[in-house]
Amino acid sequence: MSSMETQNAAQTPENQEALSQVTPRFAETPAVRKKLLYQKIAKIIFGLMAAAMIVPLLLILSYLVAKAWPTLSWEFLVDVPKRGMTEGGIWPALIGTVYLVFISLAVSAPIGILAAVYLNEYAKDNWLNRIINLAVINLAGVPSIVHALFGLGAFVYAAKMGYSIISASLTLAIMTLPVIIASTREALASVPIAFREACWNMGATRWQTIKAIVLPNSISGILTGVILQVSRAAGETAPIMFTGVVFYKAVERGTLFPYYLNEQCMALSMHLYTLSTQVPNVQESLPYATAVVLLGAVLLVNATSIALRVYMRSRKKW
Amino acid sequence: MNAETQKRVEVRDLRLSYGGREVIHGISFDIYEREIFAIIGPAQSGKTSLLRCLNRTVEFTPGARTSGVVKIDGQDVREVKDVYQLRRKIGMVAPLPVGLPLTIYDNVAFAPRCSGLRDRAVLDELVEKCLRQAALWDEVKDRLNTLGTRLSGGQQQRLTIARALSHQPEILCLDEFSIAIDPVTTMRIEDVLKELRKEITIILVTNLTQQARRLADRTMFMWQGEIIELDSNEVIFGPNPRDSRTRDYIKGVFG
Repeated sequence: MSSMETQNAAQTPENQEALSQVTPRFAETPAVRKKLLYQKIAKIIFGLMAAAMIVPLLLILSYLVAKAWPTLSWEFLVDVPKRGMTEGGIWPALIGTVYLVFISLAVSAPIGILAAVYLNEYAKDNWLNRIINLAVINLAGVPSIVHALFGLGAFVYAAKMGYSIISASLTLAIMTLPVIIASTREALASVPIAFREACWNMGATRWQTIKAIVLPNSISGILTGVILQVSRAAGETAPIMFTGVVFYKAVERGTLFPYYLNEQCMALSMHLYTLSTQVPNVQESLPYATAVVLLGAVLLVNATSIALRVYMRSRKKW
Repeated sequence: MNAETQKRVEVRDLRLSYGGREVIHGISFDIYEREIFAIIGPAQSGKTSLLRCLNRTVEFTPGARTSGVVKIDGQDVREVKDVYQLRRKIGMVAPLPVGLPLTIYDNVAFAPRCSGLRDRAVLDELVEKCLRQAALWDEVKDRLNTLGTRLSGGQQQRLTIARALSHQPEILCLDEFSIAIDPVTTMRIEDVLKELRKEITIILVTNLTQQARRLADRTMFMWQGEIIELDSNEVIFGPNPRDSRTRDYIKGVFG
């Protein structure tokens, strides 16, 4: 201990006390050992919980694939159901789901993104916008069966669209809209407020700021939020069952445009439900193979979204 | 100040409150053409809020209410129709460096483009002039297309100054511009300010009392939303300012 340090430290009584203990520096006192032990325990517990997430996913996937293995083939994807749906493929359901997802997001993504930009960038904090906020949050929490009933009343009957692809798609759009608004707002809010202020200080309008700074730097988050809704729209059964999806519809094998928008269609989630509960003597692997296709499509979409996010983040500018 | 000197900024009984909590308690002062006007005072004394009242960016804060009159060149800012033009007239440099997530060139060309300037040659010239004025040109002239956010903190702060100059303001507000810059660069920018002073009015908010002493013609000492003293530098930094608190603050024995 140099004399100068001692002198400085001696100015306060606490330091004097600390110095009087002759423990060498960086020694492991009991308190330190306890702290390190807790740290280790916490890490193990949290790690185990995180690892536990993988187990059910792997179990489900391997079980499904094993059960579905005899049926899984390209032929299964593009063929139509045969012999009272006990054999054959899933083409009408697959293309029906593509229709529903595509149309519903074509409606909900632009509306949702524009609404979120308004709420996050333009809206002042007044009672009207607080009510809009509350509505968005509550709408996101509404069970899908309630959306189904709403779609039935609003689109099928009131708007006279009948049981059709367009009714079902609009119902799905209503269901995905609040979540898209919420995720888009999240993405917009992640752009630092200082960027906006810097632009406003230079006399830029809100729109010039949004166009030049806010949107280019939040687009990856916005797209991720939208793409994640693809899997949700593809997976829901109740909203489409009430509004425009049927057990069976005869279409030609492998055609890309088998449906008109005012017609009813088949969909994967509904098809899975039908095969598992409604049709007698189904070939055992058929529902499993359908589930694998549905799950595979969802995983594919999510993987695309993650890849997109990684790519966009690598180009992030701050 | 002689009576002929034109008033650029006229503040009368300005009050500002955020959500009912008043932070500026009715202050009045004038700023004249071609002077460097320094505002000193401890944190929370309302200096930054005051600047935000000048270009009306205070309106972006929810719950902010102002009363009183702020006139820029004789016009009440609250009656200005084109608020964006008002903001272009006032260059504003924030205390923390903010490089916009654009290239260095686009950072400086942003404001001119917003007001409709598209001619590449004119833009090139303007960008170079502003970067030179901000003492940044020599360091970035070979990499104008790299991102402004990749610059160091001090360089980003000078980029901020270049941006504030890019819309050719008539009044330049610097809010503690030097806290992220090293002393040598600070002195270079101070030289630039002395040059600019010949053309425009400069409002300098600073924590460094010595900076105010070096640069300003007049200095205003604010404390807790009130003006304690406003006078020429000879008086404020002289042996006998009128208020003892001013002397204490400058000496560093305040509070």
